[in-house]
Amino acid sequence: MGMAITHALASGMGGIRTSGDLVARMQMSRGMRINDAKEYVAGKLGVSVIDLSNEIVMEEVREDLNIGKIRTLHQNAKGIEAKFRIAKLLEIEINCVNRFKRLTEG
Amino acid sequence: MSKYFIRMGDGYFAEFTEAEIRQDLEDGTVDAAERGSIPPLSEDELQQLFEICTAPNKFVSVERGNELVLTFDAGTLKIPRLGVQMGRSQVVQLHEKAFGADTMELAHIDYSFKPIKAIVHEEQAEIQSALLNTVLPLFYGAMPNLGLYTKPDGPVENPAELLPKGKIAEARAAQEEAIEHAVKDMVYVASKMYEAGADGINFDTVGASGDADFLATLKAVEILKKKYPDMCIELGMAGEFVLGMHGDLYYDGVRLAGLYPHEQVKIAEKAGATIFGSVVNTNSSMSFTWNLARAITFSKTSVEHASIPVHANVGMGVGGIPVSETPAIDAVSRVSKAMAEVGKLDGL
Repeated sequence: MGMAITHALASGMGGIRTSGDLVARMQMSRGMRINDAKEYVAGKLGVSVIDLSNEIVMEEVREDLNIGKIRTLHQNAKGIEAKFRIAKLLEIEINCVNRFKRLTEG
Repeated sequence: MSKYFIRMGDGYFAEFTEAEIRQDLEDGTVDAAERGSIPPLSEDELQQLFEICTAPNKFVSVERGNELVLTFDAGTLKIPRLGVQMGRSQVVQLHEKAFGADTMELAHIDYSFKPIKAIVHEEQAEIQSALLNTVLPLFYGAMPNLGLYTKPDGPVENPAELLPKGKIAEARAAQEEAIEHAVKDMVYVASKMYEAGADGINFDTVGASGDADFLATLKAVEILKKKYPDMCIELGMAGEFVLGMHGDLYYDGVRLAGLYPHEQVKIAEKAGATIFGSVVNTNSSMSFTWNLARAITFSKTSVEHASIPVHANVGMGVGGIPVSETPAIDAVSRVSKAMAEVGKLDGL
């Protein structure tokens, strides 16, 4: 595990501490290269690309947009709730969100 | 003359002069260039690697803005494998909340598609639970592992036993038969896990059993992308060079045996992969600097040839990381920085 954590600290985006999950989703759903994915996410969030890995800025952005963050209180979206909001925000399809809708609607 | 402590490919420290380090960097990039018929690193890039390797800090990191995305092969196996008793859904949560993971992968301890086929419904229940409780993208991953289809574990004759006997045609026929079985299992398991909600499927250590292993995966990817056009598929290799265990297998007119990463990525793209995982083997007898320059040369060329994101494999014993069960943090962080800033990878 020293290896996974070392990479996360040395070069990783930071996961949901920042915007790593969002940038990853653009690579996964649209096949975007890293710089394109960062620019797309920054545009949707209304932040600069450099702030995508800034925990202080991103904690506030994630709180405001209610898209899940490290420490969540009762008013914060968690798990699948946050992913519903991320799909809408990034204008992408999220497989488990679509599955949730199929099983709960109609 | 000042000396630097540089690790060898097995992780042990050795003393090197500046001239020796520069020579190893040069030799490493030339070795990759000659094997792959690709350009070596430039003087500027070699200087960047020299500075990364000789930085006095124990831990180094990328400059702000140069971060990349991390995906994790065999993600949820890593904690239970250490003897720490923890459910897999909790391992995913731990990576999300405490380890700064950008994505995660749910995986079974018997990490091959064939054995998972029999327990796929339990795997579906596990990933459904993890998906409800986490935000980060979650892959389901396993290995094609063509070796499991040979006798006595599987239905086909063992090519590794037939080849030494000179039974080339029989060995080839056995591998071709194994491909058909493996494709069915990969498509079946991947379909089930995707229908359960997985964000993506990770084919890990592709080509471990040679060119037939690679072809089976390409065929499975092709079928899955037709069946589920939105499915994210990561195809990560087992080694830098596709072994010609069969030797006469082709995909879209390209012979698979002998392909290097920058050629493998183009084939993966054609099949429909979304993300390609490049691999460069570490030579434990050579220095860390030699291995790093070699790994960056192959990886950088793969990125330049690719139209899809490339995530370099940088686990123990690949991508320039020394071969060790407890990889040294100084070496891992240097590989991480070099892959992002010199190799220009999309992810690791």
